[in-house]
Amino acid sequence: MTAPTGTPGSPGTKAPPSVPAVRVPGRRGTELALLVLAVLLSVYGYCAVGLARSDAVPPGAAGYGAGLGVLALLAHVAVRLRAPYADPLLLPIGVLLNGLGLVLIYRLDLETPHDEAAPTQLVWSTIGVALFIVFVMLLRDHRVLQRYAYLSVAAALALMILPGFFPAVNGARIWIRIGEFSIQPGEFAKVLLAIFFASYLAANGHALTYTGRRIWGLQLPTMRVFAPILAIWLLSVGVLILETDLGTSLLFFGLFVVMLYVATGRASWIAIGLLLAAAGAFVVASFEPHVHGRVEIWLHPFASIAAGDGPGQLAQSLFAFAAGGMLGTGLGMGHSILIGFAAKSDFILATAGEELGLVGLTAIYLLYALLVERGLRGGLELREPFGRLLATGLASIVALQVFVIAGGVTGLIPLTGMAMPFLAQGGSSVVTNWVIVAILVRISDSARRALPAAGPGAGR
Amino acid sequence: MTRYIRRAAVFCLILLVALLVNSTRVQVFQSGSLDANPANRRGSIAQYGQPRGDILVQGGPVTGARDSGQALRYERTYKNGPLYSPVTGYASQTYGSSFVEGAEDGILSGTSPLLAPFPFWPELSRSREPGGDVATTLNAGAQEAAYAGLGGKKGAVAAIEPATGRILALVTAPSYDPGDFAGTGAAAERAWRRLNADPERPMLNRAIRETYPPGSTFKVVTAAAALEHEVVDGIGTPTRTPVPYTLPGTTTRLGNESASAACEDATLEDALRISCNTVFAKLGVAVGLDDMVETARAFGFNDPGVHVPMIVSRSNFDTDMNQSQLALSSIGQFNTRATPLQMAMVAAAVANGGTVMAPHLVDRTTTSGGTAISTTGSRTYRQAMSPYTASQLQKMMVDVVEDGTGTNARIPGATVGGKTGTAQNGVNNEGTPYAWFISYAQSAQSAQPEVAVAVVVEDAAANRADVSGGGSAAPIARAVMEAVLRTAKG
Repeated sequence: MTAPTGTPGSPGTKAPPSVPAVRVPGRRGTELALLVLAVLLSVYGYCAVGLARSDAVPPGAAGYGAGLGVLALLAHVAVRLRAPYADPLLLPIGVLLNGLGLVLIYRLDLETPHDEAAPTQLVWSTIGVALFIVFVMLLRDHRVLQRYAYLSVAAALALMILPGFFPAVNGARIWIRIGEFSIQPGEFAKVLLAIFFASYLAANGHALTYTGRRIWGLQLPTMRVFAPILAIWLLSVGVLILETDLGTSLLFFGLFVVMLYVATGRASWIAIGLLLAAAGAFVVASFEPHVHGRVEIWLHPFASIAAGDGPGQLAQSLFAFAAGGMLGTGLGMGHSILIGFAAKSDFILATAGEELGLVGLTAIYLLYALLVERGLRGGLELREPFGRLLATGLASIVALQVFVIAGGVTGLIPLTGMAMPFLAQGGSSVVTNWVIVAILVRISDSARRALPAAGPGAGR
Repeated sequence: MTRYIRRAAVFCLILLVALLVNSTRVQVFQSGSLDANPANRRGSIAQYGQPRGDILVQGGPVTGARDSGQALRYERTYKNGPLYSPVTGYASQTYGSSFVEGAEDGILSGTSPLLAPFPFWPELSRSREPGGDVATTLNAGAQEAAYAGLGGKKGAVAAIEPATGRILALVTAPSYDPGDFAGTGAAAERAWRRLNADPERPMLNRAIRETYPPGSTFKVVTAAAALEHEVVDGIGTPTRTPVPYTLPGTTTRLGNESASAACEDATLEDALRISCNTVFAKLGVAVGLDDMVETARAFGFNDPGVHVPMIVSRSNFDTDMNQSQLALSSIGQFNTRATPLQMAMVAAAVANGGTVMAPHLVDRTTTSGGTAISTTGSRTYRQAMSPYTASQLQKMMVDVVEDGTGTNARIPGATVGGKTGTAQNGVNNEGTPYAWFISYAQSAQSAQPEVAVAVVVEDAAANRADVSGGGSAAPIARAVMEAVLRTAKG
């Protein structure tokens, strides 16, 4: 995750004499090789589940492999055509995590024969990859997004307010449900909000940093500049709190603080942010029973057992992680389905922890870390502020989301309902994450395409 | 801005490290205690993820398994559950296991390291071996005869092969079907509550877990003590006993059930044949407390550690008594109490030349493929008396059946020795008396006795005057002995 501090990482800057210095290797071959590996690993996992459960390769293995392979190939072709200089790791990581998620959901489907989620997830993954291709093909320059900053924020707010008119599901009003079809608009809103923040901060970062008064050693910006963005942020978090979507409000909060810090370089923002967060968390936890309950469960995960009500979800999740131990029980051999209704969504990581063990879980964490690091690196290599901020924002979304959900299910922090990027069941989430990867691919392409002209060390 | 993006990256790295540290904490350092949490069902799921091995009677299983399709997949089933439950006990997903199901759980559930082809194989393969089988020593015919003989009356039967200690029958009535609560859910909970609340106590194993005053059957022990310690000159010498006998240190006069004239100065042989209380009360006092205790202990009394493999309740002969209490104890009253299995051991000791063999129910255990894992060999428990004393007792017990109170146990073509008992129950004898019969049998073709049996009937339905070992219990004992002799011949 840390960026190296030496010379720019691209070997293109040290090209051999026989090759013209302006030529940057696209690394598309590397990407293809990694994609093949990602698809093979996923198919291997799929077969491992079948072999563990019924001593036979599951009948859908070939179809699953072919489907995932075709999706990966189409995405690869799109990248080859429109983003030849893009970071070669982004797409394979997306494919591997998505493929692994499908394996885990398929594996959990075996325990709930009347409630199969894997086929739906495959459809959503296809839509996600299709959207990835559309973005890579049509979005020729990420800076175009800057133009739609205010449209983005309007759409984001609309998407967030909309679920308030729909009935709550499991205590949170975060769903729009039309018949069988349900989406979670908050997922899309986070990308739109990142675009808005990036755009606004890129335009006003300087004013935020250097104008305004100093109070108690803190440089405060003028309200004229600060008010709009603060209002947007407060509005979105307020709506989420009303809808009791804790995870997403935490995510938006973190996203806002990180982007503000990166844009202004003022550590005071972090201090103010943490102060506000602590105050907000305290107020919400005391008034909102849903939140208060979550904190209680986090502090005493086994209280329900002592009370005679049996283990709760968090306790079951911890049991699952413990059962996995170092090396895991093997795919298909665990009992994480005991977690109950959210086993395929919020708690999917517990299945990974139980069946793949600490080793497999670490690998998954590192895949996310690599995705985040590559996203941040895209921001570092770029020289215009909007792209830098957008890349940082999108990478932070992934990092924060992984931390909040993984920390929640392993008992590190109170549990908030959120979807593990790519792994968890949930169409909105998969689609959104593919869009994030698409934008990061576009940004990394722009960054590396610009490198030779800029020369080594430029902009650093 | 570059510097701040780098710092954001460092922040992400800190988050990653926090996740890794916490996952390690849960998956490595806390995994032991989380695995052991009683609310964690993974242990039971693994336990019931495969069918249990079977408990066998004469090679045939009396248990089975049913795929319930639930998380706890395989449920125990029982063939003839009420008949065999005093032996099998139960293996319930909700209430644990008991008796052979409990004592041999490692073999049956497949967790025993003895089942593995190599040491540490289960740890390496992360697998569980298929459940092994447990072959019992039971004789199906004897078991059925005992159960049919009790016919639902409260009581118990224990039968032993004297020369080996193999338990041939272990029956208690009323009984229950352990299959009723083998699984989970409301039906199992209802059955469990109903059985535990039943005033008839069907889940009480009366053959090994209930003690009764043994009454006159205890006179065999007293006779052995008297002969061993040479308090009498021989079984044919008059004992110079008055009728009634006044208990030492009291004015209480002890009489006899039978005609008093026959008991006055009776020989030991006659006294046992017609069951004279006076003679044995006086003999017990003559032997003395220490020697009586020693002999009772040699038969198995006062031993809390008898296990077959489940623990057998301790039978009692008080070690601290005055003379009158000793007199009453010597005829199986006062605080003297015995399990039916204990009294079967007494009869078996007589039949086996004075040697008590350790009673056992499990003949051997095997893997699911039939490879033997362990065999329970015959083991001497204690030498209760000399072979000569035993032969004298044999003669006297045969007299009881030939010509005394136990004629209901006679079997044509076989030598049968027995002793009846009618034990008082409750203060001032106000409860229903317990009818006892202990006996052994040897067919004409056999070199040694094939079976020793003890029967107790808590016969609440019978007319008080009719309750006697000879009337209620002896026919059941005869049916059990006949069944064993038939098997031996066949």
